[in-house]
Amino acid sequence: MTYQISHRTLYSYDAPVTVAHYIARLEPRSLASQSCPWHEIHIRPEPACRAPGRTDAFGNLSVYFEIEGTHEQLEVVARSYVRITPNPLPDPASTPPWESVRDACRSDSWNADSAAAEFVWPSPLIPILTEFADFATPSFPPARPILLAVQDLNARLFKYFKFDPDATDAATPVLESFKRRRGVCQDFAHVMIACLRAIGIPARYVSGYLETIPPPGKPKLQGADASHAWVSIWCGEAAGWIDADPTNNLLPSDQHITVAWGRDFSDVSPLTGVSIGAGRQSLSVAVDVMAIDD
Amino acid sequence: MVQLHRSPAPARPDPASPVPPSPTDPIASLIASYRPAAGSQDEMLAPDGSLRPHWHTLASHLASLQPAHWNSRTAAIQRLLLDHGVTYNIYDDSKGASRPWALDPIPFILSAEEWQSVAAGLSQRSRLLNAILADIYGPQHLLREGWLPPVLVHANPGFLRAAWGVNPPGDAFLVSSGTDLVRGPDGSWLVLADRTQAPSGRGYAFENRSIIAEVFGETLESCRVLRLGSFFHAERDALRLLAPTRRGSPGVVLMTPGPYNETYFEHAYEARLMGYPLVEGADLTVRDRKLFLKTLEGLRRVDVLLRRVDDVFADPLELRADTFLGVSGLSEAWRSGNVSLVNGIGSGVVESPALHPFLPGICRHLLGEELMLGSVPAWWCGQPRELSLVLDNPSRWVLKPAFASGSRDPVFLDELSSKDLNNLLARVRAEPHAWIAQEALNLSTTPVWNGRQLEPRPLVWRAFSVSAAGVCTVMPGGLSRVSPVPGRFVVTMQRGSISKDTWVLDSNSSSPPPDPPPSPIVLRPLRSPVGVPSRAAEHLFWLGRYAERMEWHVRLVRTTLQRFSGESSPSKERERLACLRLLSGLELAPPTTTAASLRSELHALLSKPERTGSIPDLASRLRYNAAAARDRLSDDSWRLFNRLERDAAQSRAAASDPTAAAGLLDTLILDLAAFAGMQQENMTRGHGWRFLESGRRLERAINVLSLVRFASQLCASDNAALSPLLEVCDSTMTYRRLHFASPALLPTADLLLLNEENPRAAAAQFQRLSRVFAEFPAGTSGSAGRERELLDALRSDLASLNLDALRHSTEVATTLLPSFCSRITDGCEAISAALTEHFFSHAHRRDV
Repeated sequence: MTYQISHRTLYSYDAPVTVAHYIARLEPRSLASQSCPWHEIHIRPEPACRAPGRTDAFGNLSVYFEIEGTHEQLEVVARSYVRITPNPLPDPASTPPWESVRDACRSDSWNADSAAAEFVWPSPLIPILTEFADFATPSFPPARPILLAVQDLNARLFKYFKFDPDATDAATPVLESFKRRRGVCQDFAHVMIACLRAIGIPARYVSGYLETIPPPGKPKLQGADASHAWVSIWCGEAAGWIDADPTNNLLPSDQHITVAWGRDFSDVSPLTGVSIGAGRQSLSVAVDVMAIDD
Repeated sequence: MVQLHRSPAPARPDPASPVPPSPTDPIASLIASYRPAAGSQDEMLAPDGSLRPHWHTLASHLASLQPAHWNSRTAAIQRLLLDHGVTYNIYDDSKGASRPWALDPIPFILSAEEWQSVAAGLSQRSRLLNAILADIYGPQHLLREGWLPPVLVHANPGFLRAAWGVNPPGDAFLVSSGTDLVRGPDGSWLVLADRTQAPSGRGYAFENRSIIAEVFGETLESCRVLRLGSFFHAERDALRLLAPTRRGSPGVVLMTPGPYNETYFEHAYEARLMGYPLVEGADLTVRDRKLFLKTLEGLRRVDVLLRRVDDVFADPLELRADTFLGVSGLSEAWRSGNVSLVNGIGSGVVESPALHPFLPGICRHLLGEELMLGSVPAWWCGQPRELSLVLDNPSRWVLKPAFASGSRDPVFLDELSSKDLNNLLARVRAEPHAWIAQEALNLSTTPVWNGRQLEPRPLVWRAFSVSAAGVCTVMPGGLSRVSPVPGRFVVTMQRGSISKDTWVLDSNSSSPPPDPPPSPIVLRPLRSPVGVPSRAAEHLFWLGRYAERMEWHVRLVRTTLQRFSGESSPSKERERLACLRLLSGLELAPPTTTAASLRSELHALLSKPERTGSIPDLASRLRYNAAAARDRLSDDSWRLFNRLERDAAQSRAAASDPTAAAGLLDTLILDLAAFAGMQQENMTRGHGWRFLESGRRLERAINVLSLVRFASQLCASDNAALSPLLEVCDSTMTYRRLHFASPALLPTADLLLLNEENPRAAAAQFQRLSRVFAEFPAGTSGSAGRERELLDALRSDLASLNLDALRHSTEVATTLLPSFCSRITDGCEAISAALTEHFFSHAHRRDV
């Protein structure tokens, strides 16, 4: 499946900004299941400095730029073509018992498991708390194959949480949104990651897109009009990282386009910036993802 | 299991020639009552009780001191610490106050031989830690090849992804290190902790030396102690080598979190010592991926940033976004090779004590050398065998968090109740990787002076090194600390400890200690490579305003108080009432104040810091601005501010006693006059001075204009206000000399407003401001500011005042003169606002 993606971010400031520094992480990653043959970013006003794109510590593609001179708006438009060839999912029942994945990650020597364990520790937005372990435990009875357990947790979170764009904002702590049982895809993903890490399973935060207009007969998914977020779970060396989307209670195949991943949202925020000036800003984001014929 | 490589044991005295114990020997009586505990080494005494040879000269000097000498010298140390304003801010102090530094008169002494062997170990350690940083922020071979468990990097909050993949200029992640060392029972020096992200203590070490040198100068000389100055020269050279460009005269600045930081004293001290501008994050900006300082003359490029702001606060764009201590874009500027950071972002990751057990292997692997300086035996609980060792015999251990060094106190497990111990061990079992156990060593002891005699106390020595281009220089000295109480010692300034000067003796007994190498001589270089930061100029401007304002308030309170003393008379009562009107005019007393409540209002002005404009309030404003511009004030000025603060602190006690209050107000006037004199006579006429001077002149003009305005209104009924007015304006004598008569309104107004020869007159302030403004820089915007225009307008307005023409007007006192003064005062405030806009406006920033 090939998608044409347009991601427009508009910041409007209520007082002029004189200098601002930004980092954009808007270029979709190239993966075994995904290629990005074409990508471009347009920035208005014209940046005074735009660094060459670089690969960050997680392998994401990021661009640093500076805007100098008085401006009251910043517009960033990213356009990409992405081709998805989904990896076949393993039979969930044949994945290893979750405890064996957990124990393998504790190795002191370097291997695929201990490397994946980079994503098992607390991160800036996700603490390790017993509340999350308590929630996760019913999905992880002894010796259950890890992907079955993940699917169960995914389904339980989908039921437990209500999608509510007004309940939280980007700064709501994960424990708070967990207690309110409401939130958007970022909250679903953070809570699921917190649950998995609390019982020793590495999990990372994935930012990306969903197809905006679903094919006939398929429902429109939550989060399709903005950038979306889901979770990737380490399921042992054979199965590797497998994605789960708790906001929609499914395991992504060819409708999810991966842009970046990290320990939590703070590692992958699509556009982050610090500006010098006075006043407040408002943000509007428009995402358009269209399937095009191959 | 840890393999420790110990440094050579210290030289022991030759047993054949111990110092003979004799009751008449002064040294013997000095150390007679000094009893080091068994089971640990003592720095001064060998195990057989004899004096170690390298302590001999000091001991004989100390032995010659009479009790009175001791008292005068310890008192001198106290006085110098206060005068120099040496403080360490304690976070958990309920008053948030800065606490004076504690310095013991007895130095800690190292023989040159021993110091050299430790210095070689420190130099190797600095290379090793830098190589580890380059690896874990790069190819991570140490993880992939099994030299370091991955969890020690991945779970370490000090491992900052923003530093990943960076090749810093000169490959230097770690330039400046601090290393806490202790001497174990077998005599070897062991590393207790590494300080790598923003190591503190070097400035305190230098300050300790300067005080001890002042008090024990001859002793220092005859002991042949190596000087510290050479270290700072080496550091300056190292920083020059690190500059990505312009190595001839690189722009170097020292970035502090600000006056509320615990070690702010040292930041300002070091900035002055090294001649680097002291800056805060808001003074800096990144443009085109290069770092710049915002100065009065626009942006100036910074090549090397000495960073005293912790790793995670250094850049709100890529690190923690919730602070304003850092500089947005700094990581990218560093990543692009356009600025050197001392130290690099992410250097804190190697502060983790959990690394210690792995260092011997890593040292062999990365450097091909044996590790010279061992660590205090430590076991990382993340390994099953080590964990069970700790759990099996907890009482032997001191437990520390494996990461986030310094944030929590270590716990001596044998001191815990069994309940607390079980709780803690349960936490260790739940998260074993997050803990390390260090052996509870008996640290070596060194003598302190307890006021009567020498007493042994456990010692920790923080050594400092600086490295660049493969050359590492170790400070011949350091910051030594001893426990404030006998017995066990947890090293943390936050908990309180006593510091000591650290002496390294010169090994070469024939030649005198070398002088520091001479710097190239430049006669009057055009200007420093970096200018005056706008923020520093703003603090100086307000320093001038508050110093002047305080003087006016002190004078007005003094004048009012004087109307209460002596025999009462009707004229005195009228003057007292007039003073009351002047006080309420300046909003120093509420308008409802009556003759009866005036006393309590004066009391409040002397004693209530929460009252705006009171003596304690202004003293603290003065102190804050002086502290923030500390690097631009001379030691003598600083001494004055410390004295002023101490004197002002007595105002609360003096408030209820009129005689004491009068004496105190006189003292404060002299303190303030001393600062004003220092400003005029001793301060270089640079931009810093110009802003200090502008603040002072504007404030003086505003005060004299306001007082003339309120006094004039009172003159409608009688002239009782004029005597106090002239007194507050310090113009009584001049008036008498000119007029030989009791004061009248128009001559008084002439003297205080128009007479350019009277240094208190408004016209004189404008004349001087005009000279100062002509020398101002172009400003951050590059264009001329409105301040000159406004001042010219004010001056011609003032010159147009024709007092002669008013002579017969009936409204001169009630309306004409007051409204004129009020208009000119508003003009002064407009100039102040124009200066702020032109030179200081740091638009605040916020996160997107």
